[in-house]
Amino acid sequence: MVVAALAESITHAAAGAALDIEQVSHAFDIDGAELPVLDDVSISVEPGEFVALLGPSGCGKSTLLRLVAGLDKPRSGTLREDENRIKSPHPSRVVVFQDPTLFPWRSVWDNVALGLEAQGILRSQRHHVDAALDLVGLASFRNAYPHQLSGGMAQRVALARALVNDPKILILDEPLGKLDSLTRITMQAELVSLWQRKGFTTLLVTHDAEEALVLANRVIVFSDRPARVKADIRVDRPYPRHRGDPYLADLRRQILGLLGLDATW
Amino acid sequence: MSTYSLSDGLASGAPGVSRAPLLAIWVRESGVGILASVAWIGFGLSCLWWEDVGDWSRTHSLGIAAFIVAAVALFGTVGADYLGSAGRGLRKRAPWLVALGAFLTLWEVATAKFAWLPLPFFPPPQSIIEVYTDDLPKLLDSVFASVKLQLGGYLIGATIGFLTGVSIGWSRAVGYWVHPVLRFIGPLPATAWLPIAFFTFPSSWSASTFLIALATCFPVTVLTWSGVASVSNAYYDVARTLGAKPSFLVLKVAIPAALPHVFVGLFMGLGSSFAVLVVAEMIGVKAGLGWYLQWAQGWAAYANMYAALIVMSLLCSGAITLLFAIRDRLLVWQKGTVKW
Repeated sequence: MVVAALAESITHAAAGAALDIEQVSHAFDIDGAELPVLDDVSISVEPGEFVALLGPSGCGKSTLLRLVAGLDKPRSGTLREDENRIKSPHPSRVVVFQDPTLFPWRSVWDNVALGLEAQGILRSQRHHVDAALDLVGLASFRNAYPHQLSGGMAQRVALARALVNDPKILILDEPLGKLDSLTRITMQAELVSLWQRKGFTTLLVTHDAEEALVLANRVIVFSDRPARVKADIRVDRPYPRHRGDPYLADLRRQILGLLGLDATW
Repeated sequence: MSTYSLSDGLASGAPGVSRAPLLAIWVRESGVGILASVAWIGFGLSCLWWEDVGDWSRTHSLGIAAFIVAAVALFGTVGADYLGSAGRGLRKRAPWLVALGAFLTLWEVATAKFAWLPLPFFPPPQSIIEVYTDDLPKLLDSVFASVKLQLGGYLIGATIGFLTGVSIGWSRAVGYWVHPVLRFIGPLPATAWLPIAFFTFPSSWSASTFLIALATCFPVTVLTWSGVASVSNAYYDVARTLGAKPSFLVLKVAIPAALPHVFVGLFMGLGSSFAVLVVAEMIGVKAGLGWYLQWAQGWAAYANMYAALIVMSLLCSGAITLLFAIRDRLLVWQKGTVKW
């Protein structure tokens, strides 16, 4: 297929990177009071793994993602991407946020081109922008402005904007959280096929246990704030996975138990 | 329009029944145009019917011109369907033509014919026409001088205001030093500087340029600053994870995001700079429309004053229209989202 061939052309050298989170603790200052959000978190992610981070809302998962992205620095502990310490943001680790945060003054094409433009390599790599738009199925919307897009389309553009940089680690901060359930299921399948095709390491923050189980190799369950790793569950099931799979249903029951919801559902 | 085509279809089916609706539609579509034509014929007649109470040379030509306008209004609206967008535009503006014709008739009668309004303070329309034809060179010189002064001062002020606003919005250190100065000097009306400016600057022209720039600078600075300061951090986060350097964050994130605010500042700056321009020209500069107004008043040439005032208002509203056109072009992406 043409799309697959184009996808290959983007892929070239990019494969997943390993990610090591070692004894990371973090806290915020709120009106002079210390609010701990991460407590001695250690996670080691293999290259190409799809890891879901699951926890109660407000527990500090998103903070951990910001640290991995290099947007904030941890109070203590270290984060490494393939042995290199993470000190600042780098396009090899791209974040897709819960809101698409497309730049409203740029057309879809210009939004997707953002990373290449920021790195000063757009001129030689324009075809990657077209390929990324093809990949998410929005080639015909290249000249549209963000306010003309639906929520799902905007999030697809945000995904294309991330993928065009050939990330080694794709960081997803509840990217499907605000979509309607139908779009959500479609995009979950798209995410899996993109990840399988390109082999980047994926870190997905979600509070939906089912989503985590359908998508990830590994589900890490966090405690309430300050976040601690409560469980590290391997999901050994081939893709595409089915929501009704009794094995996944069993895992789901376990996970919801860990989140303190045994009797209520 | 759909009603029109519907009864058109009926007409071909049953010609006997359709006469009345067709006539009604015709009256509705062209009636106002005919009324406009009547109003302008009235104006023309009011010019030619009675003798002028004073000595004005353009009364006859003005009457003829009014008849021409009346003819254009009549044929333009009746035949609008054959004139494309010009015809549609004319039909849309026909009510204004009616009002204008009636107003001019009243003005003509109240001044030139029966002098209900005292002369020379209320000159008739033909004396203003006379200014435009007989005093044109001087008026054009004044327009040119005003535009030059305004444009220079405004561009300097807008540029400085924009750069200052971006720097304060972006850098805490710049904000620390500039913000108090802005708080202290900004709210002062630029005209308060007039006496100082006129004796410190080498020429009245440079003094006025300074004052116009000052008047423009303050609103542009404040709004650019607030625009840059209110850019959501999420945009910066996205750009940073994609490998953006600080220069990219300023030029490609902060500035485009702040642009809607910047245009509000440019609009406000334009308004306050007009005020300074006119005052500066009235007091110090020996050219321009402000000076022309002052000069006309000195000679009790009231028709010249009204003529200059009309030109001035056309220039000011033209400048604002131009600014809005530029804004609409630069901010196409806003279409359907924000409007102010």
